Amino acid sequence: MTSSAESPIGASLPRSRAARFVTGKGRYTDDFTAPRMLFAAFIRSPYAHARILHIDASAAMERPGARRVLTAKDIAAVCKPYRAVNNIFPTMNSPLQHAVAIEKVHYQGEPVAIVIADTRAQAEDAAEHVQIDWEPLPAVTDAEAAASSKTPVIHEGFDTNLCFQTKIETPDIDKCLQEAAAIIEESFIFGRHTGVPLEMRTILANYDASDGILTVTQSHQVPHELQGIYARQLGLAESKVHVICPDVGGAFGIKLQAYNDEIAICAAAVILQRPVKYQVDRLEAFISDVQARDHHVKAKIALDANNDILAFAVEDIFAIGPYPQFPRSSLQEGFHVIQLTGAPYRFRDYRGVLQVVFQNKVNAGLYRAVGQPISCALTERMIDMAARHAGRDPIDFRREHYRREAEFPCKSPSNVALTKMALLQCHDAVVDGMQIRALRKEQAALRERGILRGIGIATFVELVNPGPNYYTNAGLAVSAQDACTLRLEPGGTVRCRVSLSEFGQGTDFSIGQVVAATLGITASAVEVECGDSWTAPFGGGSWASRGIMMGSEAGWRAARTLRESILKTAGQLLQCPAESLDIRAGEIVEVSGRARMSVAELANIAHYRQGLLPKDCQPELTATSHYSPRDLDYVSSAGVQSSYVEVDAETGFVRLLRHGVSHDSGNVINPLLLAEQLRGGAVQGIGSALYEECLYDEDGQLLNGTLADYLVPMAAEIPDIEIYDVATPWQPTGAPKPKGVGEAGVAGASAAILNAINDAIYPLGASIAQIPCTPERLLDVIDRARKPPAG
Amino acid sequence: MPMLNMRVSSPAALIDINRIETLRGIEDRPDCVRVGAMTRYVELQESAVIRAHVPLLAMALPLVAHVAIRNRGTIGGSLCLSDPAAETPACCVAAQAQIVLAGPSGCRTVAAEDFAIGLYETERQPDEILVEVLFPKAVSGRIFFVDEFSRRKGDFAIVGLAGSIRDKGSTVNDPRLVFFGSDNRPILAHAAAAAIDGRPWSDAVRQAASESLDDDLDPMDSIHASANYRRRLAKVLLSRVITRALAS
Ligand SMILES: Cc1cc2nc3c(=O)[nH]c(=O)nc-3n(C[C@H](O)[C@H](O)[C@H](O)COP(=O)(O)OP(=O)(O)OC[C@H]3O[C@@H](n4cnc5c(N)ncnc54)[C@H](O)[C@@H]3O)c2cc1C
Repeated sequence: MTSSAESPIGASLPRSRAARFVTGKGRYTDDFTAPRMLFAAFIRSPYAHARILHIDASAAMERPGARRVLTAKDIAAVCKPYRAVNNIFPTMNSPLQHAVAIEKVHYQGEPVAIVIADTRAQAEDAAEHVQIDWEPLPAVTDAEAAASSKTPVIHEGFDTNLCFQTKIETPDIDKCLQEAAAIIEESFIFGRHTGVPLEMRTILANYDASDGILTVTQSHQVPHELQGIYARQLGLAESKVHVICPDVGGAFGIKLQAYNDEIAICAAAVILQRPVKYQVDRLEAFISDVQARDHHVKAKIALDANNDILAFAVEDIFAIGPYPQFPRSSLQEGFHVIQLTGAPYRFRDYRGVLQVVFQNKVNAGLYRAVGQPISCALTERMIDMAARHAGRDPIDFRREHYRREAEFPCKSPSNVALTKMALLQCHDAVVDGMQIRALRKEQAALRERGILRGIGIATFVELVNPGPNYYTNAGLAVSAQDACTLRLEPGGTVRCRVSLSEFGQGTDFSIGQVVAATLGITASAVEVECGDSWTAPFGGGSWASRGIMMGSEAGWRAARTLRESILKTAGQLLQCPAESLDIRAGEIVEVSGRARMSVAELANIAHYRQGLLPKDCQPELTATSHYSPRDLDYVSSAGVQSSYVEVDAETGFVRLLRHGVSHDSGNVINPLLLAEQLRGGAVQGIGSALYEECLYDEDGQLLNGTLADYLVPMAAEIPDIEIYDVATPWQPTGAPKPKGVGEAGVAGASAAILNAINDAIYPLGASIAQIPCTPERLLDVIDRARKPPAG
Repeated sequence: MPMLNMRVSSPAALIDINRIETLRGIEDRPDCVRVGAMTRYVELQESAVIRAHVPLLAMALPLVAHVAIRNRGTIGGSLCLSDPAAETPACCVAAQAQIVLAGPSGCRTVAAEDFAIGLYETERQPDEILVEVLFPKAVSGRIFFVDEFSRRKGDFAIVGLAGSIRDKGSTVNDPRLVFFGSDNRPILAHAAAAAIDGRPWSDAVRQAASESLDDDLDPMDSIHASANYRRRLAKVLLSRVITRALAS
């Protein structure tokens, strides 16, 4: 094997495709076109809850370019309804869903008809002439109201707005809470967020009746899974559905599951037997992309007389919109809240209660770091409050109460299997890196001058790379297996096709680095391709921070096989034992280092001049490996984030001065891409902590459906994110074992900010437990603390 | 443009005024500075004439959105759109600019102070075009200020303040205060100005200014800020801006 010093694993190489993106040459779904292509525009419900009485499309059909107006009846003729079913949650209420609403709509933005025309503009023009008679119905929007038995039920045929409820508890929790020396409580509100990918959801579907093939080009995370979904919904053989995900401009879990409008476009292509393209515009994205969070949580932490942690208890009401998202459902976010609260710490007893409720807002889905920012914010705010109660510095208090490395693997009181996590290392990396003890002194000095600064620290635990047990038990057609095919080509290039998907992370390139390192060639000699359900080997795709974990293993395995084959062929050609040869930087060398021939030369001989090879030599020039992690349900992974903020107590404005992230990332394949993932994630987490929220009025109307109103942080709001990664160097004897970092940045950022703000306003006697923590909300709690109690 | 894009407005005809040369340009006249309606923010920002004679505008431009917007947006477009939180219309009021409109019956001049009459509503009649803005040249001995609170850098202000005072040591003198973002149009704060004019900037005066602002402003509620919050920010802004102006 190559020595790690010259190995592409661990090298901060820039992505080979970066130039293509920064020069505007990316090839996104909307850049694709097809002969005879038509465009779709959706008519979406203006009401959050209403009955559709009548649809009259006759005037619309008179408009220039209008080809067809499709309603639920038309779509239902070729497309089956569906529901999210997950055998792990057998009691989940899951109403039937239709690609286009039948009779009733349950959220503002729900598709009610599709107008097909020669251009998008014509489709939108014609859509304005479709007459719809509505009977508006009262909307249920608030999570707590939805959970109440007094609230009207939104789904006909159901007697409750409760989608699902569950409880995780230790037998002694009640006794523990009774006997605790202190119980500290807080009620939290987490507002709705959405992912805001730069490239909005886009689909081009083309059905060719002559061969019965449906070809779908789509901006999505899991082409293989989609292929099966479309086949089942449209009654086609899976082998007749081809899904291609070209360049994808951000996904964040927003593009992980199936959407009614996208299924409807496939149905439209089948009905019209012509290519149909549709892209949601930004306004539509805000009312049709899945959203997330929307939790109301009551949390408790119990301490004993020595201020050791006895227990955590949380009750979460999670509002998911009208349906669990198809096909995987939306419950995982609630599960992560009740599974991961308290996860970094030692304690005995636990209770987590989850109520998932229906409401008239667009569906919640699986947005980056699913539930983890919430469990982290709950845990870390409670820990800070406990430290205050104990009169301890929150840094020392944490350090004392972390689970120790020797405890792993273990089960948490919330019944989650935790694998080894470098909690202390991550903690110290951030505390030292940010020089938090010096910041404390600065904070104290500035307080004297009336300047309110706060330091927040947050330790997070993530469950990444869910293994096959989960999907097998859930009964979902989701593959927890991934694969890599390597093809040695003339010239020595290795073409690498993976089932993982790429939407900006650089996963593809990093897998190439692993392949290059394992083979002993340079990273530039590997070309990675992905995103095509027919040409890529079959597998899952990228979600839950699994891309590099799965891809590096599959790539490593395939590369070892190909390497053996190359060395065997070289040995036969050079008439020496394969074991006496090695591949280094693209050269086949003797173990001593003496160069014999290049991989390129060998590839040329193997492809074009077989006559030079011994007669019994049939070189295998393609290698494939499949991999699924069978030993674990999840990998747990941890990190620490810290924020340093300044609060303007007169205005409620918060300025983020510094933000640091450490993460236990295992073997790091590419430190540059890793750091950028952590940074991007942290920015998204900071956005949700301070700025982002999908705001609705009580009728379920979204109030901020533009990027001028839904505030995402921009460069001026964000300091350089400081990365203090805790990496383990790769030992080139085994597979590299990276830990995914796709979600880590998001998971801890809100909590770090929330704690920093609370630290800053502590001298005012105020505290806040709402995310996003907007200036007005902050000023509100400051006012309340200042006002003398009434009476 | 966003209105067209979102199908909020669908006019029967769209007139492109980009090639009307007489609508552009910054001209240093003896008695004023003439700015053509189609002059873009970026041109104003780079203009030495504006810096020298309309310092308020020069100070305000970095607060207007981002480079991409400033490369396209025009002073006339901003005035006619009349977004209540826009910086330039407020600066026009503070700088006592005159707005020249041309219609079928010729030209007329409207004081900037009277131009905006409501939310996205102006004195301009449907058959009139805004031709130019005439700025009186800034006299020496005044201190100019413009500042605002916005959630993110470049956002429309939740509340902003543009204006000037005469440079007279630690006493506030002849203040001209224009608030934007708070109400449905730029507001010349007469009451607050009267409360501080000729007074030393003490805590009591500051307090009086805050209270009299309640007479000047009738802030709007929106998803970005409640009326109460806007009122509060206006008071904080006034206090900070005057303190800074006096210290300069
Ligand atoms: C993302 C974003 C952020 C922004 N942030 C800010 C900000 O922070 N501060 C700020 O002040 N502004 C901001 N703006 C507004 C921007 O500065 C422009 O003023 C505004 O978009 C008008 O653009 P325009 O000059 O191209 O005018 P147009 O969009 O072309 O016109 C606006 C209106 O005025 C009419 N009109 C234009 N010119 C004339 C004329 N000569 N005579 C008669 N009618 C005319 C048009 O018919 C139209 O109704 C922002 C805009 C965007 C898109």
